[in-house]
Amino acid sequence: MPYFGFKGGIHPKYNKSATQSKNTENLPVEVGEVVHIPLAQHIGAPAKILVKKNQQVKTGELIGEAAGFISTTIHSSVTGKVVSVGTVEHPIGGRVPGVSIEVEELTEDYVPIDSGDSFQKTVLAAGLAGMGCATFPSHVKLSPPKDVDALLINGAECEPYLTCDHRMMVERTEDIVKGAVIIKEKLGLKILAIGIEKNKPDAIEAFRKFEKEYGFEVIELEVKYPQGGEKQLIKACLNRVVPEGKLPMEVGAIVHNVGTCACIYDAVELKKPLYERMVTVTGAVKEPKNLMVKIGTPISKLIEYCGGFVGEPKKIVMGGPMMGLAVTSLDTPVMKGTSGILVYSESDLPDLTQYNCMRCGRCIDACPMELIPSAMDRFVVKELYESLADWHVMNCIECGCCSYVCPSRRTLVGGFKTSKRQVARILKEREDNKND
Amino acid sequence: MTDKLLVTFSPHDRDTMTTNKVMMLVVLALLPSILSSVYFYGHYAIKGYLLTVIFCVALEYGFDKISGRKTQIKDNSALLTGILLAMNMPAGAPWWIMLIGAFIAITVSKSAYGGLGQNPFNPALVARVFLLIAWPAEMTAWIKPQTVMNGLTFDAVSTATPLGAMKTDLLAKGHVVMENIAPMTDKLIGSVSGCMGGDSALLVLLGGAFLLQQRIITWHIPVSFIGTVFVLTGLYWLVYPDQTINPLMHIISGGVMLGAFFMATDYVTSPMVKRAQLIFGIGCGLITVVIRLFGSYPEGVAFAILIINAFVPILDNYMRPKSFGEEAK
Repeated sequence: MPYFGFKGGIHPKYNKSATQSKNTENLPVEVGEVVHIPLAQHIGAPAKILVKKNQQVKTGELIGEAAGFISTTIHSSVTGKVVSVGTVEHPIGGRVPGVSIEVEELTEDYVPIDSGDSFQKTVLAAGLAGMGCATFPSHVKLSPPKDVDALLINGAECEPYLTCDHRMMVERTEDIVKGAVIIKEKLGLKILAIGIEKNKPDAIEAFRKFEKEYGFEVIELEVKYPQGGEKQLIKACLNRVVPEGKLPMEVGAIVHNVGTCACIYDAVELKKPLYERMVTVTGAVKEPKNLMVKIGTPISKLIEYCGGFVGEPKKIVMGGPMMGLAVTSLDTPVMKGTSGILVYSESDLPDLTQYNCMRCGRCIDACPMELIPSAMDRFVVKELYESLADWHVMNCIECGCCSYVCPSRRTLVGGFKTSKRQVARILKEREDNKND
Repeated sequence: MTDKLLVTFSPHDRDTMTTNKVMMLVVLALLPSILSSVYFYGHYAIKGYLLTVIFCVALEYGFDKISGRKTQIKDNSALLTGILLAMNMPAGAPWWIMLIGAFIAITVSKSAYGGLGQNPFNPALVARVFLLIAWPAEMTAWIKPQTVMNGLTFDAVSTATPLGAMKTDLLAKGHVVMENIAPMTDKLIGSVSGCMGGDSALLVLLGGAFLLQQRIITWHIPVSFIGTVFVLTGLYWLVYPDQTINPLMHIISGGVMLGAFFMATDYVTSPMVKRAQLIFGIGCGLITVVIRLFGSYPEGVAFAILIINAFVPILDNYMRPKSFGEEAK
């Protein structure tokens, strides 16, 4: 398939060289250490808790079950004792319900999942949620109520700094391919392709070796952010446009991150639930690394393992620099969607002094959703939610390109994020009025 | 330590381009024209630029202070307005004209609206048009360009601009007298009389090319503006060759170049949407030509841009492109 491309996007400084050629290391846990596992690590309803205080749990044991269709299961990442069932730190929620488990025994074994009678149930039982960062429950994506024909594997990793997907593509190439082939066969799909940005030639090379054997296609993607956005990837690889407010299955496509594919292989072939993931630790740390981390490990442990901070940390971001969340506490645990820990010292941070918008239009050129962020910003400032609805703020994918390019440092995407709740209410009212 | 962590919205990295840098790049693009006007007008030009810039920056600072607003002079936009204002005046205009011009540009047509980004009309052009109507004698006292070879100080000799000469001949004799109009080469290098900044079409073009190369502006407005002027005056010239000058003369005279590259492309007062920018440019060109060919003013660029400025909100509003995946209503 040719590369069709998409409009807009930006070329930030990638800063991937610190970790892109380093092999992944296992972050060891020690007896006596405590992991904090939130029950809401995915989009949708938080999982329902299944354990009590002082209960013994094993690695891979189910500790939370899905509370509804759009929800998923949670497993213990260590073997030990539940020390508290209460709240744990969360990057956006402040404190959220969660389970704290103290490690009592070090083991590589895990409790295999009870796979159930269908592929989707296996995926649910393994607790899979999109490993890119959106953490949409995977079994939902794999139960399309419509006909789909194409599976795209997202190996773009367009976020600067992050290299965990890159390393996984090099280190676990065949597992990813096998996971993708499982999805393709279970759903009876025709097209299977993996999109990788051209700045990862070793990953492209690694997949090319399996292309013939497994019958898929490698698509070399232009290096441009947000190439890995679901809608952008579908446009770039299949030349299909996902309608506003609709899911990719509307145009017959499913997109999964490379990490999710590897997890699907683990779940189906090894009966291994999702309780650890790869995390890039980079920025102002002594030795930037890619680590395999047990879910629930506080980020302070990761930073410690990487030699500690360089200088005084000013900002710590969970995820990448474009869409990641700044955390308030080093106790925040690694979750299913945590792709990176990025440390900024004072001097790494941009000057965020705001000026008035001078209507230069850079945000319009950068917006991959072809919106008019500068005009929408005025509506945000004046709280004109009706106008925001008319200018399609709900179509914003929150990629942050507009804020990135803004020479006046306006909080463009931040304003759109916070306005969406109000706008959604207005749109619902309009829909209700139409139906009356 | 953890309570000192900074929390902001994503993205956490930003592009290196900032508003004050954008403004400085435009000033840099104007530098060749500034230097050429100093070359041709000596101390008149130096005095003009210095006074307008000082007046503009001081008035901006003063207004922000009095109104209790955080000062905006750091964004360099007042500096740029000052330079553009000087470029839109004849060399040798008296100091009080410059002060009034700066007041109209900065205080009346910018600060009063809320500062940078809020004003509907191009501040430097509002000031120029105001001065032109209020003090027509002072604002059309064009002096003959000398060169610094004659020393930085020289006595002004007044003269007519090429387009002014054309208009005078048309009114007096009913046709254009080419001998009375400066040759095209003079117009290109700038050794003809006129506003300080727009004198040398070549140097303005050089600055414009720099802005395009730096991606400060796109081709849409300059090309549609200049193209429209060229095509329309060309058609008129083919039909009535004795009633006007040739279209090439038109586009290098009377501030079309300066207007198209530096005034019409002012971010604040031009559309943000590319399609709307084309219509904006065509509108500027159309009104310029109508004023030049059928009006009593010889130039028309300033009026044209200001008139089309008024349509910018409508253009931006109704020409919003469909967003990705948006369904037709």
